[in-house]
Amino acid sequence: MTFDRRHILSTKDFTRDEIDYILERAVKLETLAKGGRSDLLAGNILALLFYEPSTRTRMSFETAMLRLGGSVLNLGSKEASSVVKGETLADTIRVISTYSDVIVLRHPSEGSARMAAEFASVPIINGGDGAGHHPTQTLLDLYTIKKESHLDNLDIAIVGDLKYGRTVHSLAYALSLYCANITLVSPHQLKMPDQIKEDLKAMGARVSETENLEEVLDNVDVLYMTRIQKERFPDPTEYNKVVGAYKITGEHLENVREDMIVMHPLPRIYEIDSSVDDSTHARYFEQSFYGVPIRMALLTIVLGVDV
Amino acid sequence: MTLGKELRVHPIRDGTVIDHINAGQAMNVLKILGITGPSSAVISVAMNVSSQDIEFKDIVKIEDRELKDKEVDKISLISPNATINIIRDFGVAGKHRVKLPEMVESMVRCANPNCISNTNEPVKSKFEVKKDPIRLRCIYCENVITENITEHLL
Repeated sequence: MTFDRRHILSTKDFTRDEIDYILERAVKLETLAKGGRSDLLAGNILALLFYEPSTRTRMSFETAMLRLGGSVLNLGSKEASSVVKGETLADTIRVISTYSDVIVLRHPSEGSARMAAEFASVPIINGGDGAGHHPTQTLLDLYTIKKESHLDNLDIAIVGDLKYGRTVHSLAYALSLYCANITLVSPHQLKMPDQIKEDLKAMGARVSETENLEEVLDNVDVLYMTRIQKERFPDPTEYNKVVGAYKITGEHLENVREDMIVMHPLPRIYEIDSSVDDSTHARYFEQSFYGVPIRMALLTIVLGVDV
Repeated sequence: MTLGKELRVHPIRDGTVIDHINAGQAMNVLKILGITGPSSAVISVAMNVSSQDIEFKDIVKIEDRELKDKEVDKISLISPNATINIIRDFGVAGKHRVKLPEMVESMVRCANPNCISNTNEPVKSKFEVKKDPIRLRCIYCENVITENITEHLL
């Protein structure tokens, strides 16, 4: 197929064929992602515009571009740029478009990447827009599932803050394209919005819900853990109760499927005990690494370079 | 003349009759037309009138005014079955049902306070319009407005 999407704004924009195309491209680039350097993107400049903190997204994009032989420009802190003088994002995007060949944007407002795409003369890749989308995270999650488990006939439990978590919304939408069997595990305060659940079912996913993590542990191929943020709970005792109920330890893994994998977008706080790290099920550090081949794949695609 | 035959609202010479407004929405239609306080316009409002097509409806008659396209589009968002009758010299010079647009621009404010369209950025609000029931989906943040659309009209 030909992939002629210029910007990467939301995984909801993608067809299954387009996602498969990106994942296949990442497979080809994985060896290079582990070490080495090519000239595939030599002469191209990536601009990183991060208005919010980031470790993995920012650094893995930088790594991806450097491995492909390109260069990286960094906005740096907001205080060191014209943002602090009140410059609009639209103006910043117009200007940075003239300095670079592709822009990765992380911004606190929902819809910022889609707006940026209207003003940019180069491709925009959404690195997270508020509580909106984080498509490159979703793609690396799918890549992890493809590599370490399987995307077809998948039984997956998604655990944690399913109300506000942008990662899980995007992931659930994408998994619906693969007709996954999705179990949503969350405290009642943080359940996935009804509208999203209806959309998922309409797209072909099988969706069920529970508040009890232990109930589902033994029946899934993928356990996708997410962080529950303290600020979502006005009452600290309520938070402590919930956090305890959604933490997995090595003991929880005794009766799980042999090939079950545990994923987490990181950073983790309490939800995965370090005793899980050495088990055969942990995949969250591999998952983090897979951000590099996925972002290499995306950079080559939006810049129109064949691999 | 018997009371039973007396017209509730008299015919108008020139102006617009907005008929088949969803019952209870007449005041919101006036709001859309910018009629919220003292005005020199002659306006008749009938509410909860029984109707053959829908159980009850509201009607608004405005003398000496024809509506702009944008006003008609806004009315369609709160009353998709409304009909617009243009009256000239006591006759109906034109009659059409409002048409729900597929996209509305600079007409609705996004309900999500964290949407980029609610900042000082130079963008117009844009919504995709879905029918049955009416839903407005912000093209930027994807937030969907389903209720109290009037409250979000610009």
